[in-house]
Amino acid sequence: MARLTIDRAQKRFGSYLALDHVSIDVEDGEFLAVLGPSGCGKTTLLRQIAGFDKLDGGAIRIGERLVSSAETHIPPEHRKLGIVFQSYALWPHMTVAENVAYGLTVAGVRDPERARRVAAALDLVGLNGFAERRPGLLSGGQRQRVALARCLVTEPSLVLLDEPLANLDVHLRAAMEDEFARFHERTGTTMVYITHDQAEAMALADRIAVMDRGRLLQLATPSLLYREPANATVAGFIGEGMVLPATVLSAPQAGRCRVDVLGLEAVVRCRPGQPVTDGAKLCLRARDIGLAAAGQDGLAAVVERLSYQGGHFRLEARPACAGDILLHLDANEPAPAAPGDTVRIAIHDGWVIPDAEALREAA
Amino acid sequence: MSLADTATLRTRVEETGLLWGLVGLVALLSLLPIGRLVVEGLAPGGQLSATALGKVLASPTTWTATWNSLVTAISGTVLAVLVGGSVALLATLTDIRARNAFTFCFVLPLMIAPQVTALAWLQLFGPSSTLLKLIGLAPPLGSRNPLYSREGIVLLLGLQYAPLVFLTLRAGLRALPKELIEAGLAAGAHPLMVLRTVVLPLMTPPLVAGIALCFVSCLGNFGIPAFLGIPGNFIVLPTLIYQRLAGLGPGVLSEVAILSLLIGVIAMAGILLQDFMMRRRDFRITTTSSAARPFELGRWRRPVEILLWSFAILVLALPFLGLLTTSLIPAFGVPLNAATATLANYAYVLIEHAASRRAFVNSFLMSAGAALLIVLICVPLGYFIVWKRSRALRLLNLAAELPYAMPGVVLAIAAILLFLKPLPVLNVSLYNTVWIIVFAYLARFLVLGLRPVVSGYLQIDRTLEEAAQVAGAGLPRRLVTVIFPLVAPAAVAGALLIFLTAFNELTVSALLWSSGAETLGVVVFSFEQGGDSTYASALATITVLVTVGLMLSTTLFAQRLPQGVLPWRD
Repeated sequence: MARLTIDRAQKRFGSYLALDHVSIDVEDGEFLAVLGPSGCGKTTLLRQIAGFDKLDGGAIRIGERLVSSAETHIPPEHRKLGIVFQSYALWPHMTVAENVAYGLTVAGVRDPERARRVAAALDLVGLNGFAERRPGLLSGGQRQRVALARCLVTEPSLVLLDEPLANLDVHLRAAMEDEFARFHERTGTTMVYITHDQAEAMALADRIAVMDRGRLLQLATPSLLYREPANATVAGFIGEGMVLPATVLSAPQAGRCRVDVLGLEAVVRCRPGQPVTDGAKLCLRARDIGLAAAGQDGLAAVVERLSYQGGHFRLEARPACAGDILLHLDANEPAPAAPGDTVRIAIHDGWVIPDAEALREAA
Repeated sequence: MSLADTATLRTRVEETGLLWGLVGLVALLSLLPIGRLVVEGLAPGGQLSATALGKVLASPTTWTATWNSLVTAISGTVLAVLVGGSVALLATLTDIRARNAFTFCFVLPLMIAPQVTALAWLQLFGPSSTLLKLIGLAPPLGSRNPLYSREGIVLLLGLQYAPLVFLTLRAGLRALPKELIEAGLAAGAHPLMVLRTVVLPLMTPPLVAGIALCFVSCLGNFGIPAFLGIPGNFIVLPTLIYQRLAGLGPGVLSEVAILSLLIGVIAMAGILLQDFMMRRRDFRITTTSSAARPFELGRWRRPVEILLWSFAILVLALPFLGLLTTSLIPAFGVPLNAATATLANYAYVLIEHAASRRAFVNSFLMSAGAALLIVLICVPLGYFIVWKRSRALRLLNLAAELPYAMPGVVLAIAAILLFLKPLPVLNVSLYNTVWIIVFAYLARFLVLGLRPVVSGYLQIDRTLEEAAQVAGAGLPRRLVTVIFPLVAPAAVAGALLIFLTAFNELTVSALLWSSGAETLGVVVFSFEQGGDSTYASALATITVLVTVGLMLSTTLFAQRLPQGVLPWRD
């Protein structure tokens, strides 16, 4: 087990800044997910932690040990970490047992100790009958398990997982998600999990680092990330948040303030010290809004699309006064409106996205 | 210094040491001989002088030979691409039967030394043809063998190297994911349309690689223009060099050095053109899957099969039959019949003639040794070139092409220049030993081993190596336990090509052999030069049989090798 400290990491490819002053502290034993769309720099970050590439600036420490900086570079073979690759990277010329035993052999562990640990690792992933098979004859899920066993058999202090579920089908994915969670629980290893799938990240991680265009946008627990996104990009990326312009009308009281959204007044959550301003942005989730009851205030909007989701409808509508904004909400059966109808939408809850400037001053 | 830092330092020393060791080795094998040639060209005998250069460049013979070289190399390449390309498409993409047998037969000419091919074709045509006499079709005595011409050279060059294009294109076709073809068919395109719009554009890289390889091989070929061109006074650069050397004037080594540099420049221009063409577009295939299901030829299958097999018989069986019939007659010119047929020639070359017995052992050991050493060099070399993207080695990769692009005669001259005097410091002389030939083999055939290994690396997912690295394995261990097994198929293919090429080669050893260090090629050549065509044919027949035997024996255990190891096998 070890802490992982990434301090203002920078990586350039030509003139492109693939990592732009990224700082992340991963606690001992923590499960951190790095989440972002493809090209956001998450794989670059993983390759820096593993040591496959050299850092252009900043520093990476595993435990107390400096492994990467502009001047220092410890090669991957001396970093004592484990990786599960997206492609699994199982050696086709070795059996399952030989694949798993490799790291032990390199470390000088001999039979019978080695055989015992290999058997234990295969047992842990439920593959004890497969030791003599070739990886080519295994299914995707089984290969994934072998890769996991291979990575864990040497008991590394830090495990990196590079989109490990991306090549699996949906059912297998859910099963493997459980497996990863149990593993983390049992071994207590520090894990860094790279993914573009937020459901996966939310389900597994203690904290999530959201990245975009080489920058760290927010680092927080899944729940905080969902409830209190730090900026508009995170708000839009996580949980399909809608971002609307708003005017903050009152100072916060018990974590809430009054806002004006497109002429409609509502009471929403905000950070302490949120100033009164007319340039605020409001993040709304589908469950924060709903069709207004009779006599209730609401935003007039034209229904654009209605799609059945099993048990409820997803309703998409455009506010009459802001045609560039598309709102979506869940509506119960039977269908409350048809495309083209005008409905009124009430706002029950929301989050005032902190102003980046103001936040920096507060810090 | 902490323990971890010491380990890091050791890793760095190991990697840097290996890299520079390889740089040194490749430089020794490719740059040193060429450098020595350049020095000899500019400063003959150590004295800076442009006399030799001016003399060579002012000579009209130089430019005639250059022109002839270009014409034959380009025409030969065009013929090879037409023949090899169409055969590759037909034999790989369609449902013809007995594909393995056909591939084997079609690739065979490539494995037979050019001078043996030339000898065989000459035995086939012409007034003294034992085979034509046998069936009463021999041209009248005194008439000219039609192969003694530019067209004859182009024909044989094209046929000799068509398998090169065939092999590179077939490898590319087999790597083509079936979805790409199926997507085209699903979009409603006719198979021929799919061929034109999907398959051929994606086959540009292997095709261009095949063309470059073919051009360089035609340009450097010595055996065919020597046998077919010299009698008709049609001179190309390699034969010009050979003739100048045969004259053995005092300034001849410098002149020959300049002439060989000229060929080197032309070959490099071809290679750079290939490099340039590959850079302009993106040909990377993103998906991986099994090879495409063959197109069904339907009622055209039988005609296509007949066409392919007739062609194989024409270029393979007939010349070999010419060789065989000549080897069975007691003296050249005697017609072959039940009364004259004899195995005396075989008995002579196998038992009585000491030098030819020695040559078998020498050729076998030197070819096997060179193949093994080159593979040991190429596996780490390919690693640095492809995965570490080492700039120094990428330049040396180009340099490694030079000794193969140059005619063997030229490399032989470079080796003579290098080793005529005993090695400094060690004070050991390699001249007049087998070691000078081994050195020349290593230099010349390095690229034959390197090419398959480099393409092998390009096809391997590098995370396989990274996984081993993360597991704590240093570079030497990764090379042995992970990388070598992964590139082994490509490496074995390279080694086999080297062995079969070196086993029959003549052009290098013709100038480097000494008593006790004869090669098979040299002995065949000496017999032919001495007018003993029957002995030459007998020995050539044996080398062909040994080659075919080796190729067949390797296919016996091919089941245990990964797919695609042997070029002549599916």
